[in-house]
Amino acid sequence: MNNHEIRLSGSGGQGIITAGIILAEAALLDGRNALQSQSYGPEARGGASKAEVIISDEEIDYPKVSAPGILLALTQEAFNNYVQGVTAEGVILVDESITANPSANQHIFRLPILETAQARLRPVVANIIALGAMAKLTGCVSLDALEKAVLARVPRGTEDLNKRALATGVELAENQQKYN
Amino acid sequence: MAEKRLMQGNEACVAGALAAGMDFFAGYPITPSTEIAELAAEYLPQRGGRFIQMEDEIASMGAVIGASLTGRKAMTATSGPGFSLKQENIGYAAITEVPCVIVNVQRAGPSTGIPTAPAQGDVMQARWGTHGDHPSITLSPSSVEETFGLTLRAFNLAEKYRTPVILLLDEIVGHMREAVILPAEGTVEVIDRVKPVCSPAEYRPYDAAMGETAPMPDFGSGYPYHVTGLTHDREGFTTSKPAEVDFIIRRLHSKIEMHLADILQWEEIATEDADILLVAYGATARSAKAALKMARKQGVKVGLFRPLTIWPFPEAALTQVAKGKQVIVPEMNLGQIALEVERIIKAEVSGVNQVDGEPLNPAKILQAIMVGSEVSR
Repeated sequence: MNNHEIRLSGSGGQGIITAGIILAEAALLDGRNALQSQSYGPEARGGASKAEVIISDEEIDYPKVSAPGILLALTQEAFNNYVQGVTAEGVILVDESITANPSANQHIFRLPILETAQARLRPVVANIIALGAMAKLTGCVSLDALEKAVLARVPRGTEDLNKRALATGVELAENQQKYN
Repeated sequence: MAEKRLMQGNEACVAGALAAGMDFFAGYPITPSTEIAELAAEYLPQRGGRFIQMEDEIASMGAVIGASLTGRKAMTATSGPGFSLKQENIGYAAITEVPCVIVNVQRAGPSTGIPTAPAQGDVMQARWGTHGDHPSITLSPSSVEETFGLTLRAFNLAEKYRTPVILLLDEIVGHMREAVILPAEGTVEVIDRVKPVCSPAEYRPYDAAMGETAPMPDFGSGYPYHVTGLTHDREGFTTSKPAEVDFIIRRLHSKIEMHLADILQWEEIATEDADILLVAYGATARSAKAALKMARKQGVKVGLFRPLTIWPFPEAALTQVAKGKQVIVPEMNLGQIALEVERIIKAEVSGVNQVDGEPLNPAKILQAIMVGSEVSR
């Protein structure tokens, strides 16, 4: 299986770090090795937030991602800050609100993540929608493992909401693939 | 059955402390160590322990010493600015021989520096931060699982040798999450301080030979004795008699130095055929290991010497391993351990240094290796 270096970004409060933890836990459930790290400014809310996940079948030595093959950006600021270093063939998954000019061979997917969360579910599950879409588009973790990891991590009583968020993310990814 | 799970370094520190029997924590939260205080606050009350957030770092160190004197296994956690404040009381714990664990999750300094950025600038402070001639036991983990093990070990060494022990983490290892398999509760070795068997009337708190420590009763258990930061005799009372002063200072050092085989831990990776030796610790050892693998793929024979106990430094082992090799010391400071390594092996070493708040990239170490391999040809 492929090794993955994944960078998740958005603004503080969007659940970016939680998404990174869930992704790493899903990779472990898939029987792989995973490491999650994060960086953030002094602000608890509002500043650009970044989580990185490395998924590998080998020992993971250096914990930081320098050339991500997968980038998620939920805000323009995060995209601008963190797009640098994405590999030439990298997959870039961004919210529809973001203006992005990828280089020739990069695969960009613009999905209505924030709007769908707001209109159909709750804004707080945008991160879970994004994870569903990412898993569907890249296969970095299995959908089964991802669902298990999500359900193990989210607050009790929100399991159904989060399951629907995950399914919605998968659906957004499927529609995107259909029309492109 | 122990299971594999994702865990954060700071979380593993608390798990290790609890496995060691920590039942008291006093602290003053500071990034990037805050999760340790948060989790101690959550778990200790559930297990009959005590958590107290003090008014500052100095007071929290004082509370830790007081708690330990009453028989508690006590820990505090901080980062650079708080570590500076704790130094006076760390010296107090050293001379009064009070077991305790001080965790310093290093961040970029000096002073308040960059709260969320990694560094290894406190290596010498862990050795010489408090004044006077005192020994130091300092442990430095490179992974989340090792953080569990070395926190447990820090408590065991503190209890065994009646001394403060410093766990020197860094922001990278403290904050990252990776897979761990932790031993089931009750299956690890836990060492408790030796208590006196003599009667209270016969008890002398500092009556020990060179290389040894005296038994230590819990305050409140009927063994009254005098605890002072002033230099004291075997009874615990103040002395300035040269022979007595000389004895206690030398004994403080000897109780560590005469047990190096028990205290020192290090790892040697691919050192046997190596022409170039990397010496690295903490998170930087991970970068070094990655660079080692890259260099080996290119046919350059590189080894890694990784001290887990950084104070006292495993001098004899390093001297042996470094023989005939070119030595490179990567670290997130401007050469604190590099100087120590030069002193030990009595040869010049080259440093790879990072002080910009970013982790040390393996590519930078690989570059130094390649320059080194050119020179040696």
